Amino acid sequence: MAGLTSAPFATDDSAMQGDAAVHLETRGLGKSFGATRALDDVSVAIRQGTVHAFVGENGAGKSTLGKIIAGVFPQDQGDLVMRGTTVSFGSPREALVRGIALVAQEVALVPRLTVAENVFLGAEPRRAGFIDRGSLRERFDRLVADAGFDLRAGAVVGHLPLAKQQQVEILRALAREADLIVLDEPSTSLSAKEVESLHDVVRGLRTRGRTVILVSHFLNEVLELSDEVTVLRDGRVVRSNPISGETENSLVTGMLGRPISRAYPEKQPPATDAPIVLAIEGLSAPGVQDATLTLRAGEIVGLAGLIGAGRSELAHAIYGAAPARTGGIQVAGNALPGRPAASIEAGVALIPESRKDDGLILRRPIRENVSLTSLKRFQRMGFVRRGAERSEVRDALARVTGSALLEAPAGSLSGGNQQKLLFARALLIRPEVLLADEPTRGIDVGAKRDIYEVLVRLAADGMAILLISNEVEEILGLAHRVLVMRAGRLVAELSGPDMTEEAIVNAAFGTTSTSAA
Amino acid sequence: MTAETAPAETSAPALTQRVGRAVGRAGILIPVVIVFVILSVISPPFLRFGNLTNILDQQAGIIIVACAGTFVLIAGGIDLSIGAIYGLSGAVALQTASSVSPVAGVFAGLAVGLAVGLANGVIVTQFRINPLIGTLAMTFVVSGIAAIVTKGNLVVALDHLDFQSFAATDILGLDSAAWIMIVVAVLAAILLSRTTFGRYVYATGGNIQAARLGGVRVNAVRVATFALSGTAAALAGTLDASRVLSAQASSGQFLTFTVLTGIIVGGTSILGGEGTIGRTVLGCLFVALIANGFNLLGLDPFYQQVTLGVILLLAVGVDAWSRRFE
Repeated sequence: MAGLTSAPFATDDSAMQGDAAVHLETRGLGKSFGATRALDDVSVAIRQGTVHAFVGENGAGKSTLGKIIAGVFPQDQGDLVMRGTTVSFGSPREALVRGIALVAQEVALVPRLTVAENVFLGAEPRRAGFIDRGSLRERFDRLVADAGFDLRAGAVVGHLPLAKQQQVEILRALAREADLIVLDEPSTSLSAKEVESLHDVVRGLRTRGRTVILVSHFLNEVLELSDEVTVLRDGRVVRSNPISGETENSLVTGMLGRPISRAYPEKQPPATDAPIVLAIEGLSAPGVQDATLTLRAGEIVGLAGLIGAGRSELAHAIYGAAPARTGGIQVAGNALPGRPAASIEAGVALIPESRKDDGLILRRPIRENVSLTSLKRFQRMGFVRRGAERSEVRDALARVTGSALLEAPAGSLSGGNQQKLLFARALLIRPEVLLADEPTRGIDVGAKRDIYEVLVRLAADGMAILLISNEVEEILGLAHRVLVMRAGRLVAELSGPDMTEEAIVNAAFGTTSTSAA
Repeated sequence: MTAETAPAETSAPALTQRVGRAVGRAGILIPVVIVFVILSVISPPFLRFGNLTNILDQQAGIIIVACAGTFVLIAGGIDLSIGAIYGLSGAVALQTASSVSPVAGVFAGLAVGLAVGLANGVIVTQFRINPLIGTLAMTFVVSGIAAIVTKGNLVVALDHLDFQSFAATDILGLDSAAWIMIVVAVLAAILLSRTTFGRYVYATGGNIQAARLGGVRVNAVRVATFALSGTAAALAGTLDASRVLSAQASSGQFLTFTVLTGIIVGGTSILGGEGTIGRTVLGCLFVALIANGFNLLGLDPFYQQVTLGVILLLAVGVDAWSRRFE
């Protein structure tokens, strides 16, 4: 059994032999993205020849940690120590030279090339400037046999299922003699059967003495595969432990319970007889299966789930921005046609997840950004009535921010103020239903608080709000009722005393101690 | 822009921002003035009324096409088929004018441009073909049709002086073509800056996904810009056919280049979302002044081509460079 110590770096010098040897260690790693502290003082020791899992909620920093180890980003503070030597990587390529490879969530292969060509891409055996096909094939066969994969050298990668493509990526790492492989959420897009074969691959790597870092939000997978686990929360290490000392419940508990709590405005529950303004029945769309839900006037309903669970897709499907959908959507009793313009007309507003990609026209003035969806109201014979536009935009802005700036480009504002523009735009259409997708993503604490106040005030004025957030605490702090999505389906509805962080996380992860609705 | 009296906007940073933006807005005006002054000094005939009105008369077609092309570029597209449309519609207009009537000729010419423009729009939005490639292919299609229509010959109708009056009626020292150009430019400027359609054009090119989620029918907007561009190219082709009472399938072969140079030198971004009609007009005048200067100074026209090519590269380079700072 591995040592009980969770403190980094072995204090005994006998750590040279057997499974106790530390392959890679992080010392006090820190990393910020803008105002967000992604990692803070992270010290972890990863032992040679083990499978070491990183677990945590969305945004806990597990993926960032894996990427720093693999040279995708540089750390801001701290050191990476490899077998006792401090190393630093400027790029994934430099990490690879030291034997560290990342297999990312998205496979990065050339789809038109064959398996063997992808495996040796950029490192082809050559003879006189030409690719030495014989030697390439020979090396490939040896590699495949060694890894124990079932892959055909000549198969075109684009035609392979995702699980096989992952194996190609792993093979590519092995071809470059990587002995530490970071798998970032490897089973997210795989079928149950493919997950099984992936697990065999991981076990095979361990048997052959490679070290594997497994970044995963599937706790059963972590418990089944790994030797040690590091739990992260808010960018900090909660603990590192041998897996034998953990259970699903202990991991969930470790991931929860933030020390710092933000203050939320007081909840104002909707009247018990508040009318249903949005009724959805059996809605299916790309990424969404058979969703049924209702929203009452004045109600904030939180939509929780893991990244990729289909929450944004659900919002887009309701709004009519998804390419195709089936099922019934009614707003105030009227069927909603599947076009954004019709949704706006019917009083449904969307605040999209990415304000830069889907929300704002950054080079245009604030005024035009806010009025965009309501221009029909300000027009006479096709001409914009600029006086009316100006005064209404000013009023809408006043409801969400103190700023009276109208003509500066939207891109000149801070993230928080850009987000407020989207709220002002939504207010201008006087919606009955507001679909707010990650409305506080990447903005500072003060601006978050402002947005919370706006959401609570709008609900108090009778708006029905569907709030999508990756932060469970935010959902608990604001929502009157919580829906949880997993793999495209609504799997739980929680209200009253059932609305706990544990219940939400259990439903989102699909772990046992919850009663799935 | 109307004056803003809100106190928040007269504070110091807002003021510097305004000055900065004013300089930015002047942009192309500065080189236009510089070239104008240089030409006035080194070439006495330049400032003659006749030379200046001549520049406007000659630029009428180019500026008309460039005004409409500005919509296409702002909406995030590009139309390379304008030269071909110009050639085809000039030929169709002249043949119809000589065989039916001058009025029918004008309408036939414009109808050709509208039809090709709509086809471009459908190709780009419905078949999702990159506008650069789609309109390049249409260039060949339309030029080919023009060669078939004209049987590869120069079409002449020198005895139809009534058709010539469409472009070459003198009003207050300017040709009617130049007056039509002025009217088109003013209408285009109003359409772009004052109407909901203009807003949607900026939104579509500035961030197509945001515009779509904002309820803008982005495909309809893009089709409309191509339709405008095609119709404007046809108007220019018809005017020039009317002026010289002759037309040729290949007559627009340099038009596409000249128009795009004028638009881009004026400061409209090839990446979409930005630009104004005023800038486009100035950009076209800048190109025209360079060309006029070459003529007046008796320089080799081949150097003129090289110069304009370099200017286009510089304009695109400056645009890309200035975007890095955002």
